[in-house]
Amino acid sequence: MSDVTIIGAGVAGLWAARSCLARGLHPRVIDRVGPPGPHGCSWWAGGMLAPECESATAEPPIVTHGRQAIGLWSDVTHVIKQGTLALAPERDRGELDRFAARTEGNTACDAAAIAALEPELAGQHRRGVFFAAEAHLDPRQALTDLIRTLADAGVEVETGAVEPKDLSGPVLDCRGLAAQGDVPGLRGVRGEMVVLHSDEIHLSRPIRLLHPRHPLYVVPRANGIFMLGATQIESAARGPMTARSALELLSAAYALDRRFAEAEVVEMGADLRPAFADNVPRVLRRGRVLHLNGLFRHGYLMSPALAEQAAEVLATGHMGDLVHED
Amino acid sequence: MRDFYGETLQTPMMLGTARFPSPTMMEAAFRSSGASVATVSLRRERGAGQAFWEMVRGLGVHLLPNTAGCHSAREAITTAQMAREYFGTDWIKLEVIGHADTLQPDPFGLLEAAEALCADGFKVFPYTTEDQVLAARLIDAGCRVLMPWGAPIGSGMGLNNIHGLRTLRAAFPDVAMVVDAGLGLPSHAAQAMELGFDAILLNTAVAEAEDPPTMARAFALAAEAGALARTSGPMIARDMAVPSTPVIGKAWL
Repeated sequence: MSDVTIIGAGVAGLWAARSCLARGLHPRVIDRVGPPGPHGCSWWAGGMLAPECESATAEPPIVTHGRQAIGLWSDVTHVIKQGTLALAPERDRGELDRFAARTEGNTACDAAAIAALEPELAGQHRRGVFFAAEAHLDPRQALTDLIRTLADAGVEVETGAVEPKDLSGPVLDCRGLAAQGDVPGLRGVRGEMVVLHSDEIHLSRPIRLLHPRHPLYVVPRANGIFMLGATQIESAARGPMTARSALELLSAAYALDRRFAEAEVVEMGADLRPAFADNVPRVLRRGRVLHLNGLFRHGYLMSPALAEQAAEVLATGHMGDLVHED
Repeated sequence: MRDFYGETLQTPMMLGTARFPSPTMMEAAFRSSGASVATVSLRRERGAGQAFWEMVRGLGVHLLPNTAGCHSAREAITTAQMAREYFGTDWIKLEVIGHADTLQPDPFGLLEAAEALCADGFKVFPYTTEDQVLAARLIDAGCRVLMPWGAPIGSGMGLNNIHGLRTLRAAFPDVAMVVDAGLGLPSHAAQAMELGFDAILLNTAVAEAEDPPTMARAFALAAEAGALARTSGPMIARDMAVPSTPVIGKAWL
């Protein structure tokens, strides 16, 4: 017998299940396809826990809650706490000053500091900005680890196409963009990413390449895998990555480190991020249904906080700052 | 007063809709500035930007779809036709980019596309350089508005060729002209309006400001200030200092 039904087994739904369990509520988790995979945008994520870098453009709640995410994720999966290094092409060095001025928790790096952090980038970049308190994780591993912790508590992901109206009792709707018909103001924002493999390149932390037109981040994973992301296009077009986006991402990676030219392209992926007009995620409460949605580009950064607040509503009725009554 | 294909604008400010931190922020910038025209792109959205386009439509201002991202006349013409169909307007801001790095207009592709689109009934707002010969050809093609650049798109350098812009303004006194691209500071907007341009169009300087709505308002005020200055007979700069109180009769050492 379950206390609440969670629809959607992406990062938000799985975290919601975990937060419910922590409060003594037993959830049922149903997903239209089943456990996480290429069908959901949680699959196509960078996995950066970078609230300071995001603060350059994101709203304050994302920064304050995002700062808690590193600790919360550390109980679930391997979190690599090596910070973030921001660099810029030589002629766009002004972007570094602008970025440093708009963010907190950063220190300026000269060539020696860059060489100490990332020896292989020595000589390729002379100035950078380092965010020591940031971290990253491997999203697909994190989803697997979430599933495992849920299974340990007796919760398995069921497969089934259901909507809140098909169910009785409390519902946590974590379907992302699939909930568009039920959640007003939700839109899809297209994002595209490339996965490369190189045994030659070794990086310890996410690198952000600031550029006025083609910003890029490169997130290192285990076994020579690098994730390059990500475009952000106000379009709900699905379908494979465009040639233009591939060109931009790969050119930016090449500008970061010339050796990426010889890397193997392992995957190219594209999906739609669910977002509200202000790009701030929220829990929307409508009677017995809580819609946890709009994670935009902050799925891994914001799922823990949203899940905690949604579970708190169910357990105690307390409405946190991310909870809105409809 | 020069009009824009028969339309009179409430304010001389046109604002782009790209690169804002969020649609909510974009809307706030439009509200705080009173911008009267919104430009919107279609090319990269591949016909699926409806959710965002509806938000732009909801701003309640004139819509000026653009052909940003097009590098040939053919691409631009196709994009313009899509824009007319989707937005129900025959206004089109025609961009044909000639150089991927500087994003400067391709004058030949621009003219070719302008001729085709004007003949097809579009009201074309061509994004052009300050080149007077090209301007004449665009007007011959049927353009009744010109949009010369101030500086390369997104550069924020302001008016790079004041002489060229002044010459262009003087050469075609009946054609509405908008300084488009390259504005970085409100003072650039004031300067453009002081030179006699009819409006300014900007995007990056507002969208990438730390506080976009306030910066948008700053640009709107500056544009209005420049327009007022233009119509109120500015003094001519002199080489000689002119004291505002007479010095004769005063003790001086």
